[in-house]
Amino acid sequence: MKHLRQLEDQSVYILREAYKHFNHLAMLWSMGKDSTVLLWLARKAFFGHVPFPLLHVDTSYKIPAMIEYRDRIAREWRLNLVVGQNKEALAAGMNHTLGRDVCCTALKTTAMKNLVEEKGYTGIILGVRADEDSTRAKERYFSPRDKHGDWDFRDQPPELWDQFKTTFPPGTHIRIHPLLDWTEINIWEYIKHENIPFMDLYLDRGDGTRYRSLGCAPCTMPIKSTAKTVDEIIAELRGTNVAERAGRAQDAGRGMEMLRKKGYM
Amino acid sequence: MNRGFIERVNHMTQHDQTKPQESLNIVIVGHVDHGKSTLVGRLYADTGSLPEGKVEKVQAICRQQGKEFEYAFLFDAFLEEQEQGITIDTARTFFIWNGRQYIIIDAPGHKEFLKNMISGAARAEAALLLIDALEGVREQSKKHGYLLSLLGVTQFAVVVNKMDLVGYRQDVFDGIEKEYREFLGQFRAVPQQMIPVSAKMGDNIATRSSHMNWYQGPTVLETLALFKKEQVRSEQPLRFPLQDVYKFDARRILAGRITAGRLKVGDQLVFSPSNKTALVQSIEGFNVDPPQSEAQAGQSVGITLDEQIFVERGEIASHRDSIPLVSTAIRVNLFWMGRRPLEKGRKYVLRLATREVACEVAAIHRIIDTADLAQLQESQAVAKNQVAELTLRAKSPLAFDLSSSFEATGRFVLVDEYDIAGGGIITELVHDEQEGLREEARQREYAWLTGDVRAEDRAAQYGHRAAIVLFTGSAQTGKTFLARRVEALLVADSRHAYLLEGENLLQGLDADLSAADPSFAAERVRRYGEVARLLIDTGLIVVSTSKTFGINYQRMAEMIRTLVQPAPVIAVHMSRAGEEPPPNTDLHFAGPQDFDAAARRILEELKRRGVLIQPSGTKSTIQYSI
Ligand SMILES: Nc1nc2c(ncn2[C@@H]2O[C@H](COP(=O)(O)OP(=O)(O)O)[C@@H](O)[C@H]2O)c(=O)[nH]1
Repeated sequence: MKHLRQLEDQSVYILREAYKHFNHLAMLWSMGKDSTVLLWLARKAFFGHVPFPLLHVDTSYKIPAMIEYRDRIAREWRLNLVVGQNKEALAAGMNHTLGRDVCCTALKTTAMKNLVEEKGYTGIILGVRADEDSTRAKERYFSPRDKHGDWDFRDQPPELWDQFKTTFPPGTHIRIHPLLDWTEINIWEYIKHENIPFMDLYLDRGDGTRYRSLGCAPCTMPIKSTAKTVDEIIAELRGTNVAERAGRAQDAGRGMEMLRKKGYM
Repeated sequence: MNRGFIERVNHMTQHDQTKPQESLNIVIVGHVDHGKSTLVGRLYADTGSLPEGKVEKVQAICRQQGKEFEYAFLFDAFLEEQEQGITIDTARTFFIWNGRQYIIIDAPGHKEFLKNMISGAARAEAALLLIDALEGVREQSKKHGYLLSLLGVTQFAVVVNKMDLVGYRQDVFDGIEKEYREFLGQFRAVPQQMIPVSAKMGDNIATRSSHMNWYQGPTVLETLALFKKEQVRSEQPLRFPLQDVYKFDARRILAGRITAGRLKVGDQLVFSPSNKTALVQSIEGFNVDPPQSEAQAGQSVGITLDEQIFVERGEIASHRDSIPLVSTAIRVNLFWMGRRPLEKGRKYVLRLATREVACEVAAIHRIIDTADLAQLQESQAVAKNQVAELTLRAKSPLAFDLSSSFEATGRFVLVDEYDIAGGGIITELVHDEQEGLREEARQREYAWLTGDVRAEDRAAQYGHRAAIVLFTGSAQTGKTFLARRVEALLVADSRHAYLLEGENLLQGLDADLSAADPSFAAERVRRYGEVARLLIDTGLIVVSTSKTFGINYQRMAEMIRTLVQPAPVIAVHMSRAGEEPPPNTDLHFAGPQDFDAAARRILEELKRRGVLIQPSGTKSTIQYSI
């Protein structure tokens, strides 16, 4: 498990740099496997404490079990949870049938931008991994966003020798990505190694399907799988060449590129 | 062609890909269009590492745009890139081969994007450098080779690509090999391998080419397998740059990442440049059972000490028998990526491990044109994408190593405004005037004996930390007058402050000195500094004026700083209108003064610096809960 320790060491280093340099720092937590591992790493970095708020962008279309899990963990780990929602869009009837890009942008990207603006966060920690899709492969550990939350991937700051971009002009913010080097398999190996509580939606609970990635109920489909334990998930992943987010509708076509340029996570 | 490709992928996916334990970061560099993206695409395809659907997606885009399919497109994920036809950034992707995971950083070759190549290469453990057999060695081939060496990537192979375009001829390959080895030899870089390939046709990538029987060496994949994971860092002397100090609960934890060597519970640590020492009491962790008793290079750890010494982020802990170097001046090799040129005399922030310190360029010795290693002498500025030899002068003493002996503490970046604009390696310590006094302070700190009352006990009792307010300025500017006000104001505010008047030492402590001795003034400053150090240890805020030593106030202030280090120094400069304050000045009062307002301003600064509040030096410890 030496490689897991190496990944952990780097992520912990990044989290500590973020905490040192940003007075208005928050971490995004979607309750999925990645951001839960990220949350666990924060507890590693700060010796059992989580010294910044956790943001959950609630689209209202999440699977109900996710909300129960969220509230239980928040209580047990004494987290400062901040929930954001684009109430206006929801009141106006926003849903995925109006177009997935439109829906994701309104309920996730806009909701998050509003939250960041309202609370004045200058650093947002996210559980993005480079192997998720090719846009994420271009990310830096510390990635600046301009006043509109947009990402200029053509002109990114240099990042070398673990020196990160921690100074930035007023009005802009930095996205921080401690999980960039992790793969999907690493995430599960780590969950197993550390015995991190995770949602059983990721496991086959008897009907021969499980979720590989969790999003909104209407746009996330379970995959065919009989993996009932973390070990079985890892074994299954070792044998697959299907992209992780294949079950997520937003990735079709050039959807992800467009979404991420506009500030999607 | 497309069809054959698909069959190949399908065939390869049946490959048993057991998930490896080890991963290696590799970077692929070289002149634009020499075939980097094609090589990466080929490596992916030939190792069966592409997700299902990836090829179809790229082919569909090709059809839409009426283009022929290229391996390179597999990695040019953004449409914009395909339009422009060059790889923009260091995309990171993975493939697995023979029990190892390779993380490929597809670094671009276009001139504009040198900073991206540097970001990629800086985290690489090994590199492949591509040269087009038809075009031969080009400017970027040289520049990238030189930068790999500067960045510390010593493990690399040269891949001579597009051999199909030169009829797979050995003499072409031999010519390039000779020319490029000669170039690399100038800075003593030696490639592990030179490999003739055709990325497009697949010669010598995964399988041995039947077109080049004259080549007996390893293929690209075999060469990758020969690259080693470096592991020697933990055998070096200890370097533990302090990242932060936490007090979330009863524990006072010093957090950081060990960059070299190892540390154990019970070890005596020396912190540089403050020279504070303490023993490691425990190595803390969360969900670690049993607790670690030893930690080594690469690990992010947290330790507690037997004594609550005051140390801050940026100091480097080591064992006493091999401490890092300390100076305010260093000689470096630097590459510049800034939007505006690097200029002599301009201020930058230097970041070395976790230390941040203001610095300026004291001298530009030469600029190296990396294409032919020619040297341009005596320049006032370093332009974007140039490499230069410089002397940097830091505002306060810096602990560091030479890059030839330690990697992480031997290199640094420069920040210009908001951006990381340069990176460099330290080649030499430049001796500064403070060296003798610094050594004196170090030996004194090592030998210093304390009672049972700790600095933070005093601070808790007094309501402030110890510090020194250091006045500088020429005569008749009201320094003494203001210093007295500050002392009075602090005492009225129930703080423990003392005006240390240099004149008072003359008849007593300095009575044995002769004014005729050339070292008279310097010796008086030294004694004054040692007295200040002693008073600071009692927990006082020392208010110091300095009109009487008869030496340049700037030098005097530097000497005192060295001797009282690491106590906070609040430097106040008073001048007549229009005069520049010395470097390191915290507050500057020019012209006629409202002395009460100025004194209040100094107290505010003491608050801002944390002297007049809690002593721990940690970030506030707010607990969150819902
Ligand atoms: N004939 C031939 N063409 C190649 C070979 N490798 C790459 N090319 C072509 O050279 C051009 C530039 O390659 P690319 O991989 O995009 O170069 P990069 O800019 O270094 O990433 C493309 O048109 C490729 O098809 C090769 O081995 N033989």
